[in-house]
Amino acid sequence: MAVMNILEAINKTLHEQMKNDETVVSFGEDAGFEGGVFRATTGLQEAFGVERAFDSPLAESSIVGSAVGMAINGLRPITELQFSGFMFPAFNQIATHVARYRNRTRGLMPLPMVIRMPYGGGIRALEHHSESLETMFASIPGLKLVIPSTPYDAKGLLTAAIKDNDPVIFMEPKRIYRAFKQEVPEEEYTVEIGKARVVQEGDDITIIAWGALVREVEKAVADMDISAEIIDLRTISPIDYETITESVQKTGRVLIVHEAVKSFGPGAELISVINEKAFLYLEAPPTRLTGFDITIPLPKGENHFIITSQRIKNKIEEVMRF
Amino acid sequence: MIQEMKLQKSKMFQVLSTTGKTKVDIDIPDETLLKMYEMMKLTRVADIKALQFQRQGRMLTYAPSQGQEASQVGSIAATLENDWMVQAFREMGALLYKGVSLKQIFLYWYGNEDGSKYEQNITPVSVPIASQLNHAAGIAYASKILKKDQVVMAYVGDGGTSHGEFHEAMNFAQVFEVPMVTIIQNNHWAISTPRVHQTKAETLAQKAVAYGMKGIQVDGNDVLAMYLASKEAVERARKGEGPTLIEAVTYRLGSHTTADDPTIYRSNEEVEEWKKKDPILRFEKFLISKKLLSKKKIAEYEEQYTKYVTEEFKKVEESTYNMEDIFLYNYEEMTPQLKEQMEEYKKYLESEGL
Repeated sequence: MAVMNILEAINKTLHEQMKNDETVVSFGEDAGFEGGVFRATTGLQEAFGVERAFDSPLAESSIVGSAVGMAINGLRPITELQFSGFMFPAFNQIATHVARYRNRTRGLMPLPMVIRMPYGGGIRALEHHSESLETMFASIPGLKLVIPSTPYDAKGLLTAAIKDNDPVIFMEPKRIYRAFKQEVPEEEYTVEIGKARVVQEGDDITIIAWGALVREVEKAVADMDISAEIIDLRTISPIDYETITESVQKTGRVLIVHEAVKSFGPGAELISVINEKAFLYLEAPPTRLTGFDITIPLPKGENHFIITSQRIKNKIEEVMRF
Repeated sequence: MIQEMKLQKSKMFQVLSTTGKTKVDIDIPDETLLKMYEMMKLTRVADIKALQFQRQGRMLTYAPSQGQEASQVGSIAATLENDWMVQAFREMGALLYKGVSLKQIFLYWYGNEDGSKYEQNITPVSVPIASQLNHAAGIAYASKILKKDQVVMAYVGDGGTSHGEFHEAMNFAQVFEVPMVTIIQNNHWAISTPRVHQTKAETLAQKAVAYGMKGIQVDGNDVLAMYLASKEAVERARKGEGPTLIEAVTYRLGSHTTADDPTIYRSNEEVEEWKKKDPILRFEKFLISKKLLSKKKIAEYEEQYTKYVTEEFKKVEESTYNMEDIFLYNYEEMTPQLKEQMEEYKKYLESEGL
């Protein structure tokens, strides 16, 4: 076991998978020589050479589009988009090809590829560096969307994503890249895509979160006098119906916490699922605490947007009072 | 200070005059010449029949190739079996030359995804314009680093050169010097928008200059010129000398697709002028002069191909479609969501006796 943070776990996984499988390549803007702006790809070029770990031209559409071609012809590309807010030029490729190639060719040309991107607010960044764009990917059939919240899951989920024969969008909560460390096994292991993690069991309320907000939820309930069941969704698409349904049927109350905007956000889908599968068990309206329906403010106003443990606490009390 | 950027002018490469005479001695095996002719002819016959089928309501929207047979066939003929073809959506000639059956091609235009399941190294029809060029660059990159010895022959239209994806792909291809040849089928019309409104660049081939790429403008209705230029480009790519951009100057004699009426936006005179440069007629004159073809043989081809097209289309009309397929291929394994949706739909079908 080694102790490491999320960023180190991602870097370690990339090294491990590129060592184990010669068809794995990693590239993106500044992701070669420099190791990426967050250093997630540090050391890959040195270890595996410039053909397998390289700087791409500054063009997201060609990063993802060329990865499609590489996946068609025998490679397993891992692309880094520098920030999730920069994915829009690549969105044409993601929506029209990445998600569709397997179906378009009736299984003949699957695309085993991973699109990594740091996401979320809270790092006092410029415009287009702080978005939470889960819905944009989760609403497209053919994609899987994964978000780790711990170093252990970062390694296990990224390993699973690289081994997956379907394209996986891997969103990394950059606010907690270096926030805390955890013991992570040295050997290879996977965390199953499509399975949520019950962070702690409880009977009074189910709280669903992912990414950087899982820790905020944990902080919020720590000194509250309730028995909260916390679920780290981990895979946004496909959603783990089973874990959520079981939990809500047990607790009867549910709060969903996400940084993505409220309207048409992932919470809306989760609540629909809960209504379909656990309606008769509900003791309070399924509730959301989310980003406002606004453009995420620049740093001077960002503190009003970011969801704090105090706001979560407040909302839990509201659900419990109903 | 600011002045016109000078480009080296080069003449459009042409080998075969409209009268069917070659300007230089050519060294292409008779077998290759005949195969190119056969595939061009088959493409023409199949194209005309496809339009009939479409008008009879037996096929979906269809993108005809008429007039562009030489640019398609001449280019793909320069590749080897193991090489890749990355199509746009109007490359029937190249598909046939690659060995794809007409049934396979028609199945796609009939509205069945199975039509995109090629046995050969060919990517499916790419509707988002120019986006396929980035795939081509990636396929070529994989070929290069996995040492597969495969060259990628990629296609795009004149309209596609305006697209950002064209730029990104050309740039990537040259930066990494991948084994890729890009054919711009400049057929002068992007639906109703003429080539002159697409770009103020004098030629499309000159776009290569900015990427530091080799390029050439070729008479796209001259199958010999297309073959020779493509062959040199493919050989360069195979030797590791990097990508090439080829502008094939051709003309779409038919509509953009069957949903389009070109008489609205272009003159009959223009179309008639281009008919005189018909790539098939020109090639026939040449082959007849070489005694590789005769009027009688041409008529035999027509008859044989018409029969083949009818038979292949019959197979398409007899093909079946499995409802479950619409769910089965979105992921390697169906998600719980998809399983649930499919089961619910099946129950509905059963309950209604459908």
